Amino acid sequence: MSGAWLQFVAAGLTAGAIYALIALGFSIIYNTCHAINFAQGEFVMVGGMSGVSFVAMGLPLIVAVPLAVAAAMIVGLLVERLAIEPAHGNDVVTLIIVTIGVSLFLRGLAQVVWGKGIHALPAFSGTEAINFFGATIVPQSLWVIGGTVVAVVLLGLFFNRTLFGKAMQATAQNTLAARLMGIDTRVIMRVSFALAALLGALGGVLTAPITLTSAEIGIMLGLKGFAAAMLGGLGSFGGAVIGGLLLGLIEALGAGFLSSAYKDVIAFVMILVVLFFLPTGLVGARSGDRV
Amino acid sequence: MATGSDSTRSKRPTSVGLPSAQGGAVPAKRAGAGASRAGRTKALALLAALLVVMPFLFPNSYFFEVAVLVLMNAVVCLGLNLLIGYAGQISLGHAAFFALGGYGSAILAANYGWPTWLSLPVTVAAIGVLAAIVGKPTLRFKGHYLAMATLGLGVIVNLVLTNEDRLTGGPDGMGVPPLVIAGFTFAGEKLWYGIAAVVLWASVWLATNLIDSPVGRALRAVHGSEVAGETVGIVIERWKLAVFVISAVLAALSGALMAHYSGFITPSKSGFLHSVELVIMVVFGGMASIWGAIVGAAILTLLPQLLTVFKDYETMVFGGVLIATMIFFPRGIVPTLARLWTRRSGSES
Repeated sequence: MSGAWLQFVAAGLTAGAIYALIALGFSIIYNTCHAINFAQGEFVMVGGMSGVSFVAMGLPLIVAVPLAVAAAMIVGLLVERLAIEPAHGNDVVTLIIVTIGVSLFLRGLAQVVWGKGIHALPAFSGTEAINFFGATIVPQSLWVIGGTVVAVVLLGLFFNRTLFGKAMQATAQNTLAARLMGIDTRVIMRVSFALAALLGALGGVLTAPITLTSAEIGIMLGLKGFAAAMLGGLGSFGGAVIGGLLLGLIEALGAGFLSSAYKDVIAFVMILVVLFFLPTGLVGARSGDRV
Repeated sequence: MATGSDSTRSKRPTSVGLPSAQGGAVPAKRAGAGASRAGRTKALALLAALLVVMPFLFPNSYFFEVAVLVLMNAVVCLGLNLLIGYAGQISLGHAAFFALGGYGSAILAANYGWPTWLSLPVTVAAIGVLAAIVGKPTLRFKGHYLAMATLGLGVIVNLVLTNEDRLTGGPDGMGVPPLVIAGFTFAGEKLWYGIAAVVLWASVWLATNLIDSPVGRALRAVHGSEVAGETVGIVIERWKLAVFVISAVLAALSGALMAHYSGFITPSKSGFLHSVELVIMVVFGGMASIWGAIVGAAILTLLPQLLTVFKDYETMVFGGVLIATMIFFPRGIVPTLARLWTRRSGSES
């Protein structure tokens, strides 16, 4: 294991952690609303940009970060209430177009509010690189990876240990049956959007010190998160995490050893090959055709 | 149409082969043009009349420029609508075929000295072959996975066009020689309006014929329920692939013509956003409707021109319009209006 390898793996895991958080958002919303939310990347953008704004107001990071995540959750709730709920029950393609409309709306709004410039958050705990077996790692990478681990663990506890989390799982398995059991699935849908926004915004504030943030970052991150969710298997939480980390690793290793210009090509070719042999993703449910 | 509004909706849940909460589907009577042979002839005549009369209403050459854009987008949307609306297969990567059409013809002409009257048809044919090769494994994917696969192909094409700067000029794009046939150079908005109008009319003629043919019936069966279609002996793969190739060829043709017309092409033409724009045109106008494809292309080509008055708020307003339209016209503009129209005329008589 040379330093170069470790270096690329560290970079890959950092990027992969964000993809995993975005992919989790895709899967949560897909499970409860049966929709692919192409506005998922915009939650990352809203989180990062509001973080920048709160810090610019003079708030310390420890206050700015939770506020930024809360702001994104409010945006998520508004999106669900104003755009998704009225369109729900329509064709899947119609819903996809609605979420694309939401994505454009949020990006346009961000351009008006924050301008088109590129912004950065200060690093959470200094910028002095840590030497780790010959690889240099910025402390913020550890924040990204650590933050993602904590978020995933808490999410797992929420879904498996709380009544509300179980109600969300029930809705994902069978919406009608869940409704018959007295679960208000409309509330579940709203909460799933808030949760997806929370995860995206968390990714946004954690990475803003490294990769910087602007009103335009949502599109590509959304696509990568979608690809990661599909690679792992749409709707599977474990799959979303594995898919995200794997996508980050493929990209980083591809960029490091093959070609940085073609890192996305390498990643997408790998995904297509995997899906060709495992058409429902790495850990997706295997199912036959339904008549 | 036993249950009124419900049955028209029930043909849609399985569209694009996506999993849906709603259950089984009935291939219901479709809306739009070409329901019968007489209706088809009437629709084609009406379209021809519109295409001929329109230019007399254009006050200046700017209108011709926009009209060429509308007609060329409509050609792509017609093909894409066959794929999405009739065959029920989504593609989030069709801009790749559009851009490859333009780049292929441009590279053959500019870098290898081919005459443009040859480079254009050769490119379009080659993309047809390419679509057949790529389509075969890709169309095995279903639902959101097909969306992912086509999206991935689009991203790959986009990045290759951006990075191979020796051939393609890189992110800044490349100049495209004008179309020359038998020594005559095709130039000027008015002439290109004529070309675009003829190409669109021919595409509509092709599409309506296809829809009313046994192939079209097979496709509608597949759209209703793939498994049911298979049980009555329809070889689904073949027809899905055929429509995929047709839609790719129409996109490539439109892309090549646009490149020669505008004299310039950039990799953004192959980007995810352009692919999405094309799908939006189809869904906005109305899936499984020939007129829907044309109306969708027209509105979404004109809308950004109109929205420039909003300046900084342009993207925001565009997003808002998209959301509102999909909430109030979930089936697309043309089918929704057509239904309102038939309901009103039905109650009056």
